[in-house]
Amino acid sequence: MPVWGARMSEPVRFLWQVDGDDFSSAGEASVLAKRSLRELGFDAELIRRVAVAMYEGEINMVIHAHGGEAEMLVDEDAVRVILRDVGPGIPDVELAMQAGYSTATDSVRALGFGAGMGLPNMKRFADELVVDSRVGEGTTIEMTFR
Amino acid sequence: MILYKHSVVSDGEKCTGCTHCLRHCPTEAIRIRGGKAVIDSARCIDCSECIRVCPHKAKSADFDALAELDFANDYIIALPDPTLYGQFPQLRDVDALPGALLSVGFSDVYEVAKAAELHTEYTRLYLQQPTVARPVLSSNCPVIVRLISLRFPLLRDRLLPLAPPMELAAKFARERALFAHPDLDPARVKTAFISPCPARVSWVKNTPEGKVQDIDYVLSVRELFFRLRPLLTGTEDRPSEVGKIGLGWAASHGEASALMNDCYLAADGIENVTRVLDNIETGSMPDLEFVELRACHAGCVGGLLNVENPYIARVRLNTLRRLLPVSRNRLPREAYGTAQVPQELLTMWPMDFSTADVLAGDRKSRLEMMAKINRIAATLPGRDCGGCGAPNCRAFAQDVARGEAKASDCVVFMKERLERLLTGEGSGIGAQGTGESDDGI
Ligand SMILES: Nc1ncnc2c1ncn2[C@@H]1O[C@H](COP(=O)(O)OP(=O)(O)O)[C@@H](O)[C@H]1O
Ligand code: SF4
Ligand SMILES: [Mg+2]
Repeated sequence: MPVWGARMSEPVRFLWQVDGDDFSSAGEASVLAKRSLRELGFDAELIRRVAVAMYEGEINMVIHAHGGEAEMLVDEDAVRVILRDVGPGIPDVELAMQAGYSTATDSVRALGFGAGMGLPNMKRFADELVVDSRVGEGTTIEMTFR
Repeated sequence: MILYKHSVVSDGEKCTGCTHCLRHCPTEAIRIRGGKAVIDSARCIDCSECIRVCPHKAKSADFDALAELDFANDYIIALPDPTLYGQFPQLRDVDALPGALLSVGFSDVYEVAKAAELHTEYTRLYLQQPTVARPVLSSNCPVIVRLISLRFPLLRDRLLPLAPPMELAAKFARERALFAHPDLDPARVKTAFISPCPARVSWVKNTPEGKVQDIDYVLSVRELFFRLRPLLTGTEDRPSEVGKIGLGWAASHGEASALMNDCYLAADGIENVTRVLDNIETGSMPDLEFVELRACHAGCVGGLLNVENPYIARVRLNTLRRLLPVSRNRLPREAYGTAQVPQELLTMWPMDFSTADVLAGDRKSRLEMMAKINRIAATLPGRDCGGCGAPNCRAFAQDVARGEAKASDCVVFMKERLERLLTGEGSGIGAQGTGESDDGI
């Protein structure tokens, strides 16, 4: 019989769906993530870094990949954020990581996105960033914050 | 542990235990226990939402009544909130209001809108200091100050550290009275704030001893409305001392636009305010100097203790403001050289009250608790039906994890258990692997 008591062998896990069709809800997962980290007592600076990086990743999933899912794993020493989508993938990751590089359409730019700073900011705010992307299959981005 | 004192009261007789208030409470402070709604003081922010939505009028606000004032023996100064001017269809000129207040029996009137104009001047001084972290958040609405101290602790130090206009009014009113009448017994000089909302009633109850606040009574705009209505015509006018800026404070944008600084944002309604604070906290916000936040829609004209519809009140106030000078209360020019807000006007808000964190302790124990809540939540039906007495399944999971509720309080659980018993399929909750015994946590 399962027990609800304290067992801390594995990190606490959170999972949010990021809807690719609803532009206006983009950014909601990062707000919820922030709230949980606050409740868990993380310091302001780390919370801000997670929230900004996760926000950028979420926006990318919506504008470039028709949505996906955002997972957060928290344990005592680290916060890991994993963003998964089954979108078009990134053909040249190194190029995409460059500041200012963007393939966003004019209609997306009109909304204030597509400055090409998303991935560079994620790299700047996370302690570790791993991009695993396959054209035609999708993209998984894993960020670690300490 | 110091608990914040509140002014919202629940009438157990009238409460039917329906779930209206439960669902509307923005901080999830209400539970149904023993068939009645119970408010958790540590989480309540005095927003009045539960009073507004209760179909049985079981919730109300507790404030002072005119009948409690000793007009015969005390020198009582009325401190009318700016919203009061917007309540009367027949008020054509601001000068009629102070006169009518005197004829109710008050010895003097010090308009909160007058203090608001001085508050605006001090805020401009404060914003001149380059070291102050931006954006500065308005501390005028007590609901917002509570919300920030409970839910946005990282933004606490952004709050404008200046006593709100009602407190400045009380302080200046008292000083003015004692200066004009040096023979008055200071103990007999009393101030009565005329409030648009229960939140300000609570605020006064909680201001620590020795802080700026000098308010003795808090009356409601509603009571004064009925009392003043017949007195507005035929009573001798006493010139009002307010301008456009002071009256503007009654509605949303009033405080912020008065700063003559374009980099501001004004949001009203708790849901909008929460969203704005979330963005400020993340830093995903354009560069702003000042942020005005109000719990009530349309600003203080939307406060619960007003009589008139907020939008109608706002239009009336705009008509009254049309012919007024921009501001009638300025600081002496010298003040601008020093760019300092006088120390005695700074406030320590009633913020040091125990916060309502669901989790407590070090990070390890918080993580363990969060994991436990997640595990419990995963076994719940996710219907957010309110039948258990909590506003949603997640809040119920927290209650169970904290030992404040039992898993068997979930009515869906119990229904399934009953069905299984009736069909002879098992012996209870644990049988289908959904969890365990009622309290085996
Ligand atoms: N999840 C994703 N799926 C597909 N392409 C992506 C994804 N994230 C980023 N990209 C590509 O990388 C480019 C750079 O991303 P970013 O730095 O966030 O800039 P922006 O989103 O402003 O275009 C994007 O224009 C897009 O071509
Ligand atoms: S907005 Fe004004 S009336 Fe409403 S709760 Fe805040 S202070 Fe009171
Ligand atoms: Mg981007």
